[in-house]
Amino acid sequence: MEIYRERVLSHYREPHNQRHPDSVDHQAIGFNPLCGDKLTVYFALENDVLADVAFEGTGCAIAIASASMMTEALQGLPLARAQQLIDAARAMLAHGEMPDEERLAEVRALEGVREYPSRIKCATLAWSAAAAALDGNMQQVSTE
Amino acid sequence: MSSPAFDVQSIRNDFPILHQEVHGCPLAFLDSAASAQRPQQVLDAIDHYYSHDHANVHRGVHTLSHRATDAYEGAREKVRAFINAKTTQEIVFTSGTTEAINLVAASLGPSICAGDEILITHMEHHSNIVPWKMLCERSGAVLKVVPIDRDGVLLTDKIPDMINARTRLLAVTHVSNALGTVNPVKSIVATAHTAGVPVLLDGAQATLHAAVDVQELDCDFYAFSGHKMCGPTGIGVLYGREAWLERLPPWQGGGEMILSVTFTDTVYNKLPYKFEAGTPNIAGAIGLGAAIDYLLHIGRGNIAAYEKYLLDYLTDRLAQIEGLRLIGTAPDKAGVQSFVIDGIHPHDLGTVLDHKGVAIRTGHHCAMPVMDFFGVPGTARASLAFYNTTAEIDQLIDALAVAREMLA
Ligand SMILES: Cc1ncc(COP(=O)(O)O)c(C=O)c1O
Repeated sequence: MEIYRERVLSHYREPHNQRHPDSVDHQAIGFNPLCGDKLTVYFALENDVLADVAFEGTGCAIAIASASMMTEALQGLPLARAQQLIDAARAMLAHGEMPDEERLAEVRALEGVREYPSRIKCATLAWSAAAAALDGNMQQVSTE
Repeated sequence: MSSPAFDVQSIRNDFPILHQEVHGCPLAFLDSAASAQRPQQVLDAIDHYYSHDHANVHRGVHTLSHRATDAYEGAREKVRAFINAKTTQEIVFTSGTTEAINLVAASLGPSICAGDEILITHMEHHSNIVPWKMLCERSGAVLKVVPIDRDGVLLTDKIPDMINARTRLLAVTHVSNALGTVNPVKSIVATAHTAGVPVLLDGAQATLHAAVDVQELDCDFYAFSGHKMCGPTGIGVLYGREAWLERLPPWQGGGEMILSVTFTDTVYNKLPYKFEAGTPNIAGAIGLGAAIDYLLHIGRGNIAAYEKYLLDYLTDRLAQIEGLRLIGTAPDKAGVQSFVIDGIHPHDLGTVLDHKGVAIRTGHHCAMPVMDFFGVPGTARASLAFYNTTAEIDQLIDALAVAREMLA
């Protein structure tokens, strides 16, 4: 099945950076009321650089794999660059726009969700939360 | 366990939609609790009406208007007979169960005061919770909730203690859509009536599965939807005991529901038209009438027996799957089985099953309090109708094995 490529399943089985970081400067919750999935995204900053990106929460395979990939992709980026990458990832997952971003190579494994309209929000959940975390602090964003 | 004499293959031939492939597999439609499918007879009735008889009802002297009115009122009589109401005045057409319940909540509204109480149960669909919550917010009344146990059985022995002089209504589902539980509604009504409390029954999940007799149940209101019993979407019914419907004020104003209008006075129409403002869903009512004919033709008893056979088969096979937890294990159930599988999110399950041609519902089933009670964000739910087969259940079980292989 295109949607459950091996790369996706391996992130789901062993998610990267699924933990509460030692220090948190920004965080936001992504919530999908349709299925009750809830992910919290954490950013630790050092001089406007994302020194640590992590997440916690529960979700389906797509939501968890996407969150895991998100933490990897954003790790170590300056804030402005992180913003660009988040926008590109959301455009790719939601609208199929193929970004010219080396850093999103892994996230491309999630492409298969485009064939399952009801699952696109699962894939964008962590990225929406990351966008909200960049914008401010202690927010909750909903997919609906 | 053997199949009762029931020619499911010939029944399936009446349902064109069932004969298709999804992702290269035969469709196994196990989501009838969300909305059932329609037989050709219902599609034909709607088509015939629009092709030959359509005009507005109750308004014209011309032939088509007469035909449309006769067909629409004929459908009302079919509904009356189907649930054994005393008169067609007690049959109000609505857009569905949801609108029927909202009608009662809105019309009852002006008579509800701060401190009054509305009693519902923990297993209600959102459409039998939210209208009452809204009424409570408007009026200052209090919402009380009858609890359930771990099998999904309603704790009916708590009801007498939860009723008092301020209780204005008990609203309870006949059959739970999330758990499949069939509630002992006749004795629940009797209990409530002893204390003088009227009862509304949500019959959305009941009418496809078993015969309903509102006089025998002695309920004051009974709400149900056409699309859950092989009829069209956008049509439903509120049965109301005549004395209650006479007493309640109308909830929407417009044409049809009045006898005379001046700018100073309006005289409301008689029952049931008082509650049917505007041009009704004529084709929907006619389609519902055709669905009733169809169900009666197959036989209520035959349907119930075959469904019980299918449900037992489904539950048995599910119970053998390691790491699968059945949600909703009441002794008296309709053809619905919810479950969760360790380590697999219901959404992922739904997607993998769809890939194998199996349609089930995943999520909270519009019953978030039930999900909270069982401590799960959602479940997978297979639901059955008389046109399903054990082969489709086998297809589900095989697809679950694939999902476990892939995801667990
Ligand atoms: C128990 C129950 N009540 C009410 C409803 C609402 O029915 P409708 O959406 O047709 O108004 C449903 C439908 O899912 C249901 O299962």
